[in-house]
Formats: sequence, C-alpha cells, structure tokens
Amino acid sequence: MSNRPTRATDPMLGKDTWNIQLDDKGRLKHFLTIEGLGTSILQQILDTAESFAGVNESVKKVPLLRGKTITNLFFEASTRTRTTFELAAKRLSADVLNLNISTSATSKGESLLDTLHNLEAMQCDMFIVRHEDSGTAHFIANHVAPHISVLNAGDGRHAHPTQAMLDMFTIRRNKGADFGGLRVAIVGDILHSRVARSQIHALNTLNTGDVRVVAPRTLLPKDIENMGVQVFHDLKQGIKNADVVIMLRLQKERMQGALLPSEQEYFQLYGLTEERLKYARPDAIVMHPGPINRGVEIESAVADGLQSVILSQVTYGIAVRMAVMSMALGPKDGNTE
Amino acid sequence: MQQLQIKNGHVIDPANNLDQLADVFIVDDKIAAVGKKPPGFTADSVIDASDCLVLPGLVDLSARLREPGAEHKATISSETRAAAAAGITTLCMPPDTDPVIDEAAVVELIHRKSNTAGKSKVVTLGALTHQLKGELLGEIDTLKKAGCVGVSNARRTFKNTLVLRRALEYAASRSISVFIEPDEASLSNNGCAHDGPVATRLGLPAIPEAAETLAIAQILEIIRDLDIHIHLGRISCSRSVELIQQAQQQGLRVSADVAVHQLYLTEMDISSFNSQCHVLPPLRSQQDREALRQGLQRGIIQAICSDNQPHEQDAKLAPFPSTEPGISALETLLPLTMKLVDDKLLNLNQAITSLTLAPANILKLKAGSLTPGRAADICIYKPLQEWTLDARQMVSHGHNTPFNGWSFSGRVVHTLMNGQTVYQHKA
Amino acid sequence: MTHVANPAQLLEKVATDLENLLEQRGIQQPLMVGIHTGGAWVAEKLHAMLQLQQPLATLDISFYRDDFSRIGINPQVKPSRLPPQVENCHIILVDDVLQTGRTIRAAMNELFDYGRPASITLVCLIDRSGRELPVQADVSGQHLELVEGEHIKLTGPAPLAWEIKRDPAA
Repeated sequence: MSNRPTRATDPMLGKDTWNIQLDDKGRLKHFLTIEGLGTSILQQILDTAESFAGVNESVKKVPLLRGKTITNLFFEASTRTRTTFELAAKRLSADVLNLNISTSATSKGESLLDTLHNLEAMQCDMFIVRHEDSGTAHFIANHVAPHISVLNAGDGRHAHPTQAMLDMFTIRRNKGADFGGLRVAIVGDILHSRVARSQIHALNTLNTGDVRVVAPRTLLPKDIENMGVQVFHDLKQGIKNADVVIMLRLQKERMQGALLPSEQEYFQLYGLTEERLKYARPDAIVMHPGPINRGVEIESAVADGLQSVILSQVTYGIAVRMAVMSMALGPKDGNTE
Repeated sequence: MQQLQIKNGHVIDPANNLDQLADVFIVDDKIAAVGKKPPGFTADSVIDASDCLVLPGLVDLSARLREPGAEHKATISSETRAAAAAGITTLCMPPDTDPVIDEAAVVELIHRKSNTAGKSKVVTLGALTHQLKGELLGEIDTLKKAGCVGVSNARRTFKNTLVLRRALEYAASRSISVFIEPDEASLSNNGCAHDGPVATRLGLPAIPEAAETLAIAQILEIIRDLDIHIHLGRISCSRSVELIQQAQQQGLRVSADVAVHQLYLTEMDISSFNSQCHVLPPLRSQQDREALRQGLQRGIIQAICSDNQPHEQDAKLAPFPSTEPGISALETLLPLTMKLVDDKLLNLNQAITSLTLAPANILKLKAGSLTPGRAADICIYKPLQEWTLDARQMVSHGHNTPFNGWSFSGRVVHTLMNGQTVYQHKA
Repeated sequence: MTHVANPAQLLEKVATDLENLLEQRGIQQPLMVGIHTGGAWVAEKLHAMLQLQQPLATLDISFYRDDFSRIGINPQVKPSRLPPQVENCHIILVDDVLQTGRTIRAAMNELFDYGRPASITLVCLIDRSGRELPVQADVSGQHLELVEGEHIKLTGPAPLAWEIKRDPAA
C-alpha cells in the first residue's frame, strides 16, 4: 500500500497523460515516449546532442552529472542498449548501477513496485527502464518518488524514444534540419517494433514530408495509417525516391508465429539489396537500429556500403543519450533553489 | 405477521406495465399488493418513498463474488453487501471459482454463505465441462438439481469444436440454459486491448473482433438443430449484434447481455495505459459502442449486467498487460444505466427492464417484478440526488473502477430483500 | 560609473602588459586559450597582436559550470578546441570580464581534465568588482567598481564594444 502521492493520469479526470514528461515550466523530466512532446523539445534534444557529439570526439568526460546515480533497470536483457546508456552516463561523470532483473527473479514474487521502492531507498536519481510490457516506463514514472527521472529504454512494442531521437539526429546530420522535403521509408516488422512507432511520431512531429512503412500484411498493425504513415506492401514501391531508408531487424520468432514462412522468402521480398536500393534516391542514406541480420533484412554490400550510416548511428546514440540524461536531470520543480 | 407499506413512491414495474404513483403493500416476505390497499391490511411500518422510484430489486446476470478461492479479492459477504447497497437483490455467479462450481457441494457452500450474509440472493451457473477444462462434460443434471440456474464454461476454452458441440447437445437434452462468454482463444491470443488504432499506437497485444464474432458464429451454427436456450454474455462488437439479430430472426432461442461499462467506455479510454480500463472483452471502438446501445434499444440485447470483478489493489498496480482485467462494478450498475436514460439513449422503462424483468426471464427466475405473491425484493431509488463516486468508499472489497470521480444524479436509498431492509442510505 | 575605455584601447594596454609579464616569467611558447564567447574574441585579437606561434585554442565551459542544477544544460554549446597535449604547457587564459571568478574556476577545471599545465596566466580586459571566489587576474585592462544592478558585457565580434546596463530601480 503506497503512501506516495501518485499523479493522476485518469483520462476521465481530464489530465493529459504524456505531460508527465514535462515539469510545469515545460522542461524535460521523464523521457518515456515521443508522443506528447512538441517540435521545440525535440529540437532542443537534437541541439544539445550536437554539443555532446563534440565531447565524444575529443574523448572527454565532463563533470555535468557528477554525484548523480543512474540505475539501469533492465527487465529485458540487452547488452548493446545498456552499454550505450552506461557509457553516456559515465561520460557525464554520473555513477551507474546496473540491475539486470531477469523475469525469473520477479517470478519469485517481488512485484515491480516493490523492486522500485527498494531501489529508491538507495538514493537514485534516474531509472533507465527496459521491459517487455508496453506501458512499463509510464507506470514507473507514475509511481516513483517525485525527484526521480525515468528514461524509457524500450517498453514492449510501445516506444523506444532515445533510438528514435538518435535516428532523427542521424537524418539531420546527413540531410539537414528541414525534414519537410524528405521522404522516409521504414521497412520491416512494424507490428512488433517499438522503434518504428517512436520513429513515426518523431518524423511527424518534425514535419517530415512523407513517412512510409513497408511490410507484409502479417507484420503491420491494424489501422497504422492513423499514426500518420502511408502503407506499402511492395519494397520497390515503398522506397521509390526515398531520401532515407530505415531497415528493421527481423526476429527469428516471427517464423514460429506463422507470420512469415522463412527468412529466405522474406529476404526475396523485403531484403535491401544493392539492386533494390537503386529505387531510392542516389543520395539516400540507409539506416538500421541494429543488430543487423545480414542476408535477412539487408545484404552486406548495402550494410557496409557507401550509403550506409549504420555505424555512425551508434556513435550518435551516445551523444543523444547524454543530451536526454542531462536535460532530464537538470533543474526541475522540486530541486530548484 | 409483519406488514410494511411503501408510500408515495413512483412504481416502475415493466412486468406488470406499471409506471405511476402507487403504494406497495408487503406482508412478511411477500408483496401483497401494488396500488390498492388489500383488505385487512394495517401497516406496522411505513417507508416514505416520496420523490423516489420504487423498482423491483435488480437482477445481475454476471457478478463474480471471488469466494470460494479468491477471498483476498472479495467475499460473498462483502459483495452481497455491496449488491444490497446498489439495489441488487439477485446475483448470478459464473462457475469459475476455486473450487469450480462443478459439484453440488460447492453450490451448497455458496448458498449457505449467501444465506448467512443475508444481504442479497445468489444463484449459480454450473460448470459446463468438468473443472471448466473444456474436455469432459460436467455433471450438468446433478448441478441443475443442486440449484444451478444454468451452465457455463465462463471464459475458458474448449479442447475442440466437437467437445463444444457435444456439451451443447447434452445441455439441451437436460433442458438447461447455457451461458456463453464468446471468445476464440487462439485469436484472442493473450491480448489485452481491442485490435485497433489505440492498441497499435500503444503497442499492446491485441484482440481482434473476430475472436468474439467467430465464437458466436460457431455456436449459432451448432445450435441450429438443437432445442436450447443460449445466452451470450458481455457482447462487445457491432458485428456480434448483427449475428445475434439474424439468429433471433431465424427463431433461434438466443438472448444476450452487455456489461454496463461497454455502453460508456471505448478503446480511447486506455490511451494512458489506465489499468482500470483493462477488461475482457476489451473496450472497443466508438462504432461498436454505438451498435451496442442500439442493440439494447432495439431489444436485440435484452439485459445489462455489471460483470462485477473485484480485485485487490496490487492486481491493477503493474504495467497494463500484466494487470488483471475487470471492474468492481456492482455499485455503478444502476447509476450508469440511469445515466443512459438521462442522456436519452434509453427510455426509463427499457432501462429498468434490462436490469430486472429481462435478466430474471433469462435466468427463468421468479424475480425482477413487483407481482403480488412474489418475494418482496425492492429497490427504492431517489433521482436528483447528486453524488460523486469515491472508489475508496465503495462497499465492495474491490475498489478497481475507472468511474472514480464520476458524478451521478440519483442513488439507491433503500433496498429490501424478502421484505427485510438490507440497505438504507444514511444521508 | 567611471568612464570605461573602449576595447581597442584596453587591448593595447593588455598586449603590452602581457608581453612584459611573459618576458619577466621567461615563458616562451605559451598556449593562448580564449573562453567562449567574449574571451575567444579578445584572445583572437591578442593572439594576432602578440604573433604567438602556437595556434589559438578556445574553451566552452558550459559543461563545467557550477550552476547546472539551477540553470540546466545550454543547448548551444560551442566546441572546445584544445591541442591534444596541454601537459606542461604555459597557458594564457583569456576572458573579457572577470567578475565572480566562477567562469575561471570552471575553465581551470576543464583545462586540468585535459592535462597538467606548467602554469596558467590569467588575462582579462575588465576586472570588475563582485568576486565570489579567490581568483585574481595577472593582467587586466581596467579595474571597475560597479554597484549592485550594474552590468557590463562585451559585444562583438566586430566591432568589439561595451554594453553597459543598469537594472531598473526597485
């Protein structure tokens, strides 16, 4: 039984959900999803990330978050993402705590809330959360002590906002700040992808000219058009004249769920090859959130080719995470003088 | 001999076509007369029902009381008390308790407990298949003789269609009604939200409407050559309403109910991952809600039920997909139904019928009316008495409701069961 | 307020004084580091005037400020340009206005994160009242006594000029 006051996000009482991400002065406090964040906050994240990109280039550490403790709360195993968050935190001189809570541990009975309350007792400033249930980061943000910030590192199929921001950063670095003239195609398992959902929100908030998803019917969620995208089932049509092609990873489980017959057939229809890439603009960039399944969604020649910016996405990922962390741990109602 | 008179109330009794000012005369546990004082009647006590509606006690087609088996969520005692406070005098329990209602001993236990509590009448649905596992037949006739008013497989799956068909054939042969919560499990696939734009945006595992409509279509095909009454409970899709209408037009004995929350809430209400809105079947689209309302207006859906599912606090304190579905719904059944009348979506007579006469007929009970000679189960309701629902103050042990903070104009002020006061509102 | 000499005049004086000081201390290959934004403008001029051999370096102290929890992150951080090795360098640290001393504290912290300099010589155009930390300029163009509510700021990069403001009286 919690004595903590929880913010009411009851839609019946008319409070706006995603505004729990901002404090009363419109400053970032939690980073849970791109939804509910306006263009200016997204631009601020990108601009701040630019400054940090410079820090990384001189292999420096800055003392900005010295004395702060950041806890990685990963309920879903992920070395990659956890490592980039850890690096980002350390480059800001924060202390990092890594808690890999496998599902078998929580099946021993400790509820998510109890885990949280125990951690709060350890004087933490920020939780970075990854969980297989959609809505987990939102739930945690609604139940933590008021001074703690929550960063979503991926919740179920719902959102992966830092990934989307580093993707936007990558696009901005390669194509300029005006997204209005851009055609962006996201290709692959949209149904199961939190990355795709966050990317769609970010692209639309940044006023991208044309946002497209390309996938077989079985890998598209219902009414996805409502999110502001054009739907294509044919790869060549979908990436025609695209400025940016984002390939998503295909997981092996999709064959088990009778969603696809085989990786080979998927590659035949949706794999990005050098031949098919020609349907996009000649200066189109190829992106992928990683890790790549070579020969399944993308062939090596493209992944390693001149149009690929995949490796730079990883570098930008650290700068973007540094930006979000420092914005969220900056002054907020409750800890301003 | 106790003689009680309810004076000055406005009686609404659809069974007897009454909608007028009339007094009600009760002798011991039965209704003696409505309107004209019976000869020799002298009131020992009087209830002043001025400015109130006098209604038959409500009959709730589906209310989970959590006992036996889940007493940490609620008990027969707590829920029958809540029912009394809500003007509900008869509750029908599905068989998915623990132990399952698949033997006479469990039926007796439940009846004993509800009689001891003495706040509301409880009738039970027996298990259609053994242990609700969907493989072997339940002892349907034994359960009927023990007092079950029908049989059901709750929301559990059948091993295959053959078992479903045989179970329905057997139930038909024992002349007992079968209550179905239509759900094709392989399509629901452990989803928690309606397959539509909101589930897509929130990335929630989705339940397509086909999960309900396919299950209904399958059952309707199976019963074509059976003489059986099927009741389809907790309808949520517009396509389901169409299928039911066709079946009724073809002369099949099919009745249906809708949970009251489905007449208000839609998929939009889970937009903030509000776990109080996590229900099964899920909240669907606005078009579905419209069709449900129309289905009720046109009599395709006959009854409104609470679908009461009280939970302990922890059950809702988790990320949405990990929360347990269900609303603690007894205390909002009548207020929400009356709100439909206020919003001109139902007329008063239809509203009261859907909560009294219609469910009583579906359960084949002598209830839901103020017919002289019947048990004096009565709900006195005061319209124009504003109040706001505070979940923490609910009588039910479950405080899980998305209607926390809602204002209602009208509340139950007095409930009688068998002529005895089981609830009286303290102003 | 006393008259403030214009930046060009102050630059002349500072360049001369600095040259003398460097000779006095026997510093031959100094590394000049200007603090963004005003200090970098001043350093650019001084660097040319003194014809220093080592390329001009610049520093943005945004990440080293001590008021992060009050003010937060500045999204328009300029890149710090320092040579990879500051170990054993004689640094001339240049800023436009020295007031509380906190900027210099932050700049020194940042410099030490790069390496251990042999010495740091602090140069500023205006050394005004309002010190909150024990920091002193080695060379300054002019000392100014200002009262609460009076502010002076360098505008530029061309022409360099002083902007003097006074808070409206309460």
